[in-house]
Amino acid sequence: MLKTILAARETLLLVAVLLLLLLVSSRFPAFIEIDNLVKVLTDTSPLIILALGQMLVIVTRCIDLSVAANLALTGMVVAMLNTAAPELPIVFTLLIAVSLGAVLGAINGLLVWRLAIPSIVVTLGTMTIFRGTIFLISDGQWINAHEMSEHFSQFPRGSVAGMPVLAWIAVLVTITAWIFIARTPTGRAFFAVGSNPHASVYTGIDVGRTQCIAFIISGALAGLTGYLWVARYAVAYVDIASGFELEVVAACVIGGIAIAGGQGSVVGVLLGAIFLGVVKNALPVVNISPFWQLAISGAAILIAVAFNSRSSQSRGRLILKEAEQST
Amino acid sequence: MRAMKKLLTSVAVATALISGTADAADKRIAIVVKALGIGFFEAAAKGAEEAAAELGDVEIIYTGPTDTTAEGQIEVINALIAQRVDAIAISANDTDALVPALKKAMSRGITVISWDSGVAAEGRSMHLNPSSNALIGNMIVKLAADHLPEGGDVAVLSATTTSTNQNIWIEEMNKVMGDYPGINVVGTVYGDDLADKSYREANGLMQTYPDLRAIIAPTSVGIVAAAQAVADAGKIGEVNVTGLGLPSEMAGAIESGASKSFAIWNPIDLGYSATMLAYNLSQGVAEAKPGAEIPMGRMGSLTLDDKNEGAMADPFVYDASNIEQFKSIF
Repeated sequence: MLKTILAARETLLLVAVLLLLLLVSSRFPAFIEIDNLVKVLTDTSPLIILALGQMLVIVTRCIDLSVAANLALTGMVVAMLNTAAPELPIVFTLLIAVSLGAVLGAINGLLVWRLAIPSIVVTLGTMTIFRGTIFLISDGQWINAHEMSEHFSQFPRGSVAGMPVLAWIAVLVTITAWIFIARTPTGRAFFAVGSNPHASVYTGIDVGRTQCIAFIISGALAGLTGYLWVARYAVAYVDIASGFELEVVAACVIGGIAIAGGQGSVVGVLLGAIFLGVVKNALPVVNISPFWQLAISGAAILIAVAFNSRSSQSRGRLILKEAEQST
Repeated sequence: MRAMKKLLTSVAVATALISGTADAADKRIAIVVKALGIGFFEAAAKGAEEAAAELGDVEIIYTGPTDTTAEGQIEVINALIAQRVDAIAISANDTDALVPALKKAMSRGITVISWDSGVAAEGRSMHLNPSSNALIGNMIVKLAADHLPEGGDVAVLSATTTSTNQNIWIEEMNKVMGDYPGINVVGTVYGDDLADKSYREANGLMQTYPDLRAIIAPTSVGIVAAAQAVADAGKIGEVNVTGLGLPSEMAGAIESGASKSFAIWNPIDLGYSATMLAYNLSQGVAEAKPGAEIPMGRMGSLTLDDKNEGAMADPFVYDASNIEQFKSIF
């Protein structure tokens, strides 16, 4: 029963995405050409990767507002590393990005776990600290395209079977996340902790530790995205991806992740991110006044969330017929 | 820490002092910058030296605090007053905070002008702007038109819808569109000075207008992102990205050919002009009053408006021929 409701919600979202595509293509037919759809997917990839990390955090009743700052800091570090050692193979760059991101995520996780500070406060703090750190290490300077080595900035652009590496990484992360959540004890623990922390303690799950793991994974994915972002736009500076954390949370919410924790699916998040990605890519081509664009993005989020909360309302079972009649 | 800063500032001033005792007959002009060690100002100092060499009897004292604070500049100004320099040309860290110190300098007969970043009117005799809104507005469309002899569609990629500077420049640009027949501005989009949004908007422009020949981005984030978008779309040579940017940030785009040219002030010319103006004012060649025309050597002459401000010149154009020289400067 629960399964069918979940399935229905994702179907609804899929229909919404398809309707949106249809609407856009009625004004701009070239938008739904395969070529362009691949571009949209590539453009949405950073959002998908970050939203999947965020999903784990939200499912455990926390929130990670530091993802965009983590992305920017990791991006700056790998870019600076690249200027210092241009010949470093890309595998090491990726490894460094993921590990640094994970370390930054672990700072969040440990503060939430060991000091029991609410996650919104912790990540609001670390968000500012991370941004400040970028300024300190970079001295406010930009790292520009001509200072990056060829293989560093070209890696996410490289085409494999007609799709850029960046999009393939998003696909890979999505599949891994799906298997991880559905098939591993840790993956299931996130949901247990989010639905009922007290009950999960009795089943032997360490709530704080599970939340910490969620933050580490979210951080690692943010770190990975940090490198991809800097390489894709071929520039690193203090303010990259500023405000992006809210878009990531929005993708999760649209995708049906319950902010109160315990509920959500990988497919939902994927569709939520794609929905936002389509909106973002469609607005510039359908010739809507820039003054309206923000309002339209916002309205789309509200409508999607309203749909979600309606469809996820589970009707309570009536156990006192008389009581209902008497009121 | 404060003591350390003070010490460093005094050392900087002292160094300037020692190097400045060469010839007592020389006119001494102090170029005070926001902070030492910034490429842009080092280049301005180079221009000042060029002016000094041309004038012959001038000695440049290039100085400034070690970090961009008004306090640091006040210390520097006081030291310069004690040295009895002939003129001070300053790029200020604060519009108002420097006024008392500069007033004191003027009361001692020192000519004070501001350049680049201005001081409130009562703290200087005149201010030198690197350019004016009208000149910038004209330049950004000229850059696009220069590479489109047969005309064509161009689009503007701005910062935010509410960015005052960009809106004024675009307005000034629209005023002179009549001078560029065949150039057709098909749209204005806003990248919000975010790399990812600017990139997406640039892509949107190329999709919406298949005949687009140039993207004009009068913002440093936008121009870099648009150049990257053009390169990724494989449209180098087809769509030219131009506008306002910094040489260090645009070097890659010039190299790849995504941008043929772009503009921004030339710090060397700025330092040169400031020195020339300071010299001419201190020598009584001209007086700083509204409507005055003050000569500034190879840069022509500067006409002051009713606020005693003047615009030096058109923004300087950077392209493949000079990017190597400037990309390490700023």
